[in-house]
Amino acid sequence: MPDRQQIYATTVQLIEPFNKKDAAITEATRFAQDLEWDSLTVLDFVATVEDEFDVIITMNMQAEIETVGQLVDALVRLKA
Amino acid sequence: MTDLFSKFDPLIEQRETLLESGLTDPFNLVMEEVESPTVAICNGKRTILLGTYNYMGMTFDPDVIAAGKKALEDFGSGTTGSRVLNGTYAGHKAVEQALMDFYAMDHAMVFSTGYQANLGVISTIAGKDDYIVLDIDSHASIYDGCALGNAQIVPFRHNDVEALDKRLRRLPAETGKLVVLEGVYSMLGDVAPLKEMVAVSKAAGAMVLVDEAHSMGFIGDHGRGVSEAQGVIDDVDFIVGTFSKSVGTVGGFCVSNHPKFEILRLVCRPYVFTASLPPSVVATAATSIRKLMDSAAKREHLWENSKRLHAGLRQLGFTLGTDDPQSAIIAVIMPDLETGAAMWEALLDEGLYVNLARPPATPAGMTLLRCSLCALHSESQVGDILGMFAAAGRATGCIS
Repeated sequence: MPDRQQIYATTVQLIEPFNKKDAAITEATRFAQDLEWDSLTVLDFVATVEDEFDVIITMNMQAEIETVGQLVDALVRLKA
Repeated sequence: MTDLFSKFDPLIEQRETLLESGLTDPFNLVMEEVESPTVAICNGKRTILLGTYNYMGMTFDPDVIAAGKKALEDFGSGTTGSRVLNGTYAGHKAVEQALMDFYAMDHAMVFSTGYQANLGVISTIAGKDDYIVLDIDSHASIYDGCALGNAQIVPFRHNDVEALDKRLRRLPAETGKLVVLEGVYSMLGDVAPLKEMVAVSKAAGAMVLVDEAHSMGFIGDHGRGVSEAQGVIDDVDFIVGTFSKSVGTVGGFCVSNHPKFEILRLVCRPYVFTASLPPSVVATAATSIRKLMDSAAKREHLWENSKRLHAGLRQLGFTLGTDDPQSAIIAVIMPDLETGAAMWEALLDEGLYVNLARPPATPAGMTLLRCSLCALHSESQVGDILGMFAAAGRATGCIS
């Protein structure tokens, strides 16, 4: 089981190709407000994360995830 | 006091900016008179209708009108009640029988609108621990059905069989799964690869619901839809449809062979807690559905219309939603909302009505001029339509 730090590092890597604004990524970065992702970008990014970690992130879970840190927490739970 | 309406300010502003330019409001058109399924009077002008979903042109069918009039006389103007109380008349059972005959299925349940059919069936059959796997471009009524229920929602990329398969494989084997698909997606008029999608869904132990709203009466040898045309209708657990397109009135339904299907009449809230359809509506629907069973010649003419319009618009230089004509919907892709609205108005001035569709209804933020053909559009009308698109397209700079 990968630890939180590993999951965070991988997540930041996965964000990179979608980070069209070249925003600095931290735990507190918000997907909608800071990265300005639209729903299609979110779908593509979520699919990439799901494939990388071999998990499902339901829309119910997505509704609770605003920041990079919250996504990492969700992935830690899913991989536990 | 916080004005609860302040959340709508961006939309109000966008509309005002658009209308300040002097454009006719594309979302406020009034049809003053309706001559036929293909012609109405709008702003005093005779206008060809190319955005009505009236695919089979049943709205003025003499048998349909006669059935409606008779039911209005015999049963009154409305039922004033729920299907489970005083709102089931002979006509409601008759239209359900017509649907069972049309689809060759064991059960049919009629709702007051197609929207409510999706809302009701999806929210009721998928419970808290079940998963709904759906195409990201699903209709609002499907998403609202998900929102009304409390199942786990898993979207996948539009018409992507591999994306669907991957997600199904990751779900726990023992949980309940409902895959929700559409035969024809109404924004671009593209058809789903149901053969492959139903196969991977069944392999994963999922039940499958297909919304055939935009294919009923037209696609498939018996007009049962894309699942019939692709040979997988026997593996589809639920077909949802509407009376407000090919059938030519209003109402929605679900047909199924599930042995326990009838229990839905007691547990499906959008079925129970609303008034049933008026007697005249179910009488027109039943008559129309029975006539649609035997409409092969009309289906063929509609395909001819769709092929000709698609090829003609392409030749004029318009960008279309599909590479080939896949349904009775041809979507013309506009560069932005302003150009789309200008083109929409120019077409109306020419005497042609199409649907202006824009986000959030459209995928990928597109602005579309959506054309839906009717089996009763004559060859000469399709020629006129192409002429109007040429003139309006040049006047607005959409084509050269």
